[in-house]
Amino acid sequence: MQDVKRIVIKGRAVPVRGNDIDTDRIIPARFLKTVVFDGLGEHSFEDDRAQLKAAGKTHPLDDARFAGARVLLVNRNFGCGSSREHAPQALIRWGQGLQAIVGESFAEIFFGNCVATGVPCAVVDAATAEALLSAVEKDPALEVQVDLRTKTVTAGSASYPFSIPDGPRTQFMEGRWDSTAELLAAKDKVRATAAKIPYFNSYGS
Amino acid sequence: MGKSLYEKVFDRHVVTRLPSGQYQLLTGLHLIHEVTSPQAFSMLEGRGLGVLMPERTFATVDHIIPTKSQLRPFSDSLAEEMMIALERNVKKHGIRYLSPDTGEQGIVHVIGPEQGLTQPGMTIACGDSHTSTHGAFGAIALGIGTSQVRDVLATQTLAMDKLKVRRIEVTGALRPGVYAKDVTLTIIGKLGVNGGVGYAYEYGGAVIDRMSMEERMTLCNMSIEGGARCGYVNPDETTFRYIEGRKFAPKGDAWGRAVADWTSLRSDADAAYDDVVTLRGEDIEPVVTWGITPGQSVGVTGSIPSSQQFPESERGIVEEAYEYMSLKAGQAIRGTKVDVAFIGSCTNGRLSDFEEVVRLIQGKGFKVKPHVRALVVPGSQAVRRAMIDKGYDKVFSDAGFEFREAGCSMCLAMNPDKLTGREVCASSSNRNFKGRQGSPTGRTLLMSPAMVAAAAIAGEVTDARDLFHIA
Repeated sequence: MQDVKRIVIKGRAVPVRGNDIDTDRIIPARFLKTVVFDGLGEHSFEDDRAQLKAAGKTHPLDDARFAGARVLLVNRNFGCGSSREHAPQALIRWGQGLQAIVGESFAEIFFGNCVATGVPCAVVDAATAEALLSAVEKDPALEVQVDLRTKTVTAGSASYPFSIPDGPRTQFMEGRWDSTAELLAAKDKVRATAAKIPYFNSYGS
Repeated sequence: MGKSLYEKVFDRHVVTRLPSGQYQLLTGLHLIHEVTSPQAFSMLEGRGLGVLMPERTFATVDHIIPTKSQLRPFSDSLAEEMMIALERNVKKHGIRYLSPDTGEQGIVHVIGPEQGLTQPGMTIACGDSHTSTHGAFGAIALGIGTSQVRDVLATQTLAMDKLKVRRIEVTGALRPGVYAKDVTLTIIGKLGVNGGVGYAYEYGGAVIDRMSMEERMTLCNMSIEGGARCGYVNPDETTFRYIEGRKFAPKGDAWGRAVADWTSLRSDADAAYDDVVTLRGEDIEPVVTWGITPGQSVGVTGSIPSSQQFPESERGIVEEAYEYMSLKAGQAIRGTKVDVAFIGSCTNGRLSDFEEVVRLIQGKGFKVKPHVRALVVPGSQAVRRAMIDKGYDKVFSDAGFEFREAGCSMCLAMNPDKLTGREVCASSSNRNFKGRQGSPTGRTLLMSPAMVAAAAIAGEVTDARDLFHIA
């Protein structure tokens, strides 16, 4: 059986700088014309990558030095905009699979979609984000470790604290981030709650 | 200490506290569409689960539907495949589907209210971030991801955190030529695109009290652009008048009981808020976005701000926006040439949006500039029929706008309506992200429908108040 626990994620990292990177940039809408999530990975950041390429530059995701990355490093309000779960679904299918994201802050729906996809989003302060981004840019081979037990992210010899709400942290560590099973457990209570809400009962008519 | 509507409605729908610390929240209305539901149904099937309360889920098709002709099969085989998947799923699970054949199809956030499905005091979920729109009725309306669509289908519940509540009070009155769209863009510009993270927004004050339901929907629609998961307005007489008599509205004796219940859910006068922000209605100008986030905006009489006016952490994205938009600091936003004009979307695709533009252009001989491609796209088949009944289709066609079929159209480029190359689009939609309108280098300027119409006619961004002599 597949291990669904997310306790320590380690490996090389890829730095994607910028605030307010929206989910249209992570996975452009035209790739949402599908009834499955398979095949999304290769289109991660497709338009950003193509534009940089056209300008003779290289997007970090295309940079061979960051190939095989497991950890994505970002700045502030990452994943804003559209609620498309296709965004984290694409990232976990990029290359070897991005399995954790470290950044200054995350948009709310994106964060929830990452929980549902099994991707911990670790929040660090701006100085730490900068330190991590520059460290990895300088030394792409640096191993970055996101440890949910100690809530620390380690890059080479340097360690920094990160925050993550207790609920999702426990869900990841215990492998309970798939919500359906937990929600199903309360089926009787669901009916009982509905019975007390006027509109669920057509306002008594 | 009193309670806010958010707290009252949230508390009523709590099923239990989950081990994660989140709440299991009962969902009163679930809206689904073709883009974010197929994988959810596949996940259900993979686990051998069914739909717990199929009578509480309603489906329609909006993102992928072509607006030139809705005839099947669609020429885009991927879009056709998504339609077939939706049809199969709703049939299999007994879900009501407002399909194009019913005459009730439209953008999911237009048809919910139109059908009377959206009601005060409900919890509403949909796999689309603009679900916040339904908050206009005093509902908690949440955009969710596909795994959560699966959760709602299987259990009629969601795992949710309780949000903080920020009251946004807009006092006084709006000046002529200033609309709900300008109010929401001003709020986002002031509080930032991530200013609402962790909050539900409660909108109130004299300006909001006077707004029609459709204006309130425009306002709540863009709560998510300010980072707030949801936004709402307390239900009042305006709300009740809008709902009464609609297809799914309570009828007969139930109507009175419903209104009493809805009234009891209004925020108490002494409700506590986590934050309060006040804006003066008189200070709000027609707003145009100049950048690549909905927060990068300026009044139409203003000019592109210098990056030095922003905090250090903002400057990166400001510089990125100058480059992408080919605009310079200090340049007036007026006079920015546009190639495309789009009036529609879940933000501004309702009858009153088109009605206002018709009022401004009708009988004045205004014509769309020849170099501009201008699209008018009704938010639903019902809006489209009403426009035809009133002769608006002809007003728009005569002025040089293309009058289309109902759908999301050019808001998000999942259908044939797209920008090409580096085209600039004056758009009544909600997002000006890079590539949002279908061309990876296309550029979007967000504004009100009146301002879009003015830009279409002038061929460039212009002050609608001057062009249309609004005073």
